[in-house]
Amino acid sequence: MNPFNYSAEQLQAAALDVRRDIITMLVEAKSGHTGGPLSCTDFATALSFRYLNHKPSEPHWADRDFVFYSIGHVTPVNYSLLAECGYFPLKDLMTFRKLNSRLQGHPHRLDTPGIEISSGSLGQGLSIACGVAKGSKIDKHPRRVFCIMGDGELQEGSCWEAVMFAGHYHLDNLGVIVDYNKRQIDGEVPKIMDIAPLADKWHAFNWHVLEIDGHDMQQILAAYDEMLHHQGSPTVIIAHTTMGRGVSFMEGKSEWHGKPPTMEQGEQALRELGTTYDEWSSRLLAG
Amino acid sequence: MLKELTRLEMKKTREGFGHALVDLGEKDERIVVLAADVTDSVNAGFFARRFPERFVQVGIAEQNMATVATGLSLVGKIPFYSTYGAFSTCRCMDQIRISICYSNANVKICGAHGGISVGPDGATHQALEEIAMMRSLPNMKVIVPCDYWQSKRATMAAAYIDGPVFLRFGREAVPTLTDESTPFDFGKGVVLRDGGDVAIIACGVMVYEALVAAEVLGKQGIDCRVINLHTIKPIDRDLIIRAARECGAIVTAEEHQVYGGMGSAVAEVLVSHVPVPQEFVAVMDRFGQSGQPDELLRAFGLKSEDIVAAAKRVLKRKK
Repeated sequence: MNPFNYSAEQLQAAALDVRRDIITMLVEAKSGHTGGPLSCTDFATALSFRYLNHKPSEPHWADRDFVFYSIGHVTPVNYSLLAECGYFPLKDLMTFRKLNSRLQGHPHRLDTPGIEISSGSLGQGLSIACGVAKGSKIDKHPRRVFCIMGDGELQEGSCWEAVMFAGHYHLDNLGVIVDYNKRQIDGEVPKIMDIAPLADKWHAFNWHVLEIDGHDMQQILAAYDEMLHHQGSPTVIIAHTTMGRGVSFMEGKSEWHGKPPTMEQGEQALRELGTTYDEWSSRLLAG
Repeated sequence: MLKELTRLEMKKTREGFGHALVDLGEKDERIVVLAADVTDSVNAGFFARRFPERFVQVGIAEQNMATVATGLSLVGKIPFYSTYGAFSTCRCMDQIRISICYSNANVKICGAHGGISVGPDGATHQALEEIAMMRSLPNMKVIVPCDYWQSKRATMAAAYIDGPVFLRFGREAVPTLTDESTPFDFGKGVVLRDGGDVAIIACGVMVYEALVAAEVLGKQGIDCRVINLHTIKPIDRDLIIRAARECGAIVTAEEHQVYGGMGSAVAEVLVSHVPVPQEFVAVMDRFGQSGQPDELLRAFGLKSEDIVAAAKRVLKRKK
């Protein structure tokens, strides 16, 4: 059972806060990834605040659901959600990527409460999620396992070993959300190395496939509801998203994959998100 | 003693591993075993048939095997994954580095078919680099047992060593130097023969070759200490320092590349504490090839006579 169980309206409000956290912590860190965290924000917020069975005060609670961000570089959204849920103080977000911070540039299991595995090298998260799902099946434990993957990441061959495994073992306790923002560092995914037709590929590996607008909260909730009820095979939600979603000058631009906003850009972004750097950094430092 | 050494029972180290998995499975529900298609070659089949519900076949997908094992460890399982050593390490090095070692995941990595003695399959299947690769990773522990019983004991012990452990086994039957009652003390080398002129430090199948070499050298009036350094990481620093102080000369012998293996690990201890001369018996920076195991050991300079020659060289350098 999710401890928050937010409504669609509450999730939209929470997602706005997460986007403000992302911009603010990146401005402070002066390095990091901006585009992917913003494209993941809506469906990731829904997962943490409505579906994931977790206890932020007890990160290692044995009966918890597991979520893996296989795209380790989206730490800003991952850390923001952990802090907003209460795994650690909001002020820690202002230490992101700094020396001796518990918030490493890419997630480290041994440093951060709520991080289930260290990641950052792409193409490993789904295999780990498969291991948790298979282990839970062996134990007949009802836990759910979620894995957030990137579209560029699917160019890693190891992803498809895991996709094959989950289909073969009918891991219906496992769900994947693909952040299909169609951008990677070098440019547009179809031009760099096309992964289309994506739904057909997952179908071919015996997955239950859903395709949604990854920024439409009603579609997101409907997809999670179906994922949780589907039996007999794992489910993938292909979430069509926009890199940099929520900040006009970042939307759809590959250049925002791996760089942070400057203070000026951050101020502009935060204005679009209805706040200022002073206001939001003060909120984080007080939390 | 040399006569006794020729009459030892011949058994495979990988079978010791396979039998240990069954024993572990009997007493501990948390034990799970993963294989990537070569289940019986690596002797994981004993476990697979006894505990099918705790055996996970991943197909020919070593990267996935390493990381599925990681996931299993996160829900409290003690996973052992196994395939040929070349594939259980090199093929999925990044998964081992990030998902297993950086996370300090409780995964046991087993490399069957380690060393040149794999034989006719040739270079691709002769793992000669895994000790170097595995010992370079933080949190990883590295064990190279010398015979069947030590393989069994080490496998049993590895289940209860916290965090990642790499175990190396061979393909061929090798002389059985220990027995059912010989303890396995993780991290502690074993002095098999005492001596004060030169210390031969060996691991795996080379422990037997070292004992034969010591016997030959003994007849020539050279008093050899022989150490079975089954645990390469963490290394038994005290034992190596004592051997260097008391013998003043070291020979290391391993079925592995000379760069980065057990010999290098010993050299790291020596240069920091007791810089005495050392000679290396190892594969000299080349790939393996097809051939019969024993003729390959001879061709690659890994027989007892090569250890004898190395001992004589190092004694000339001894001050």
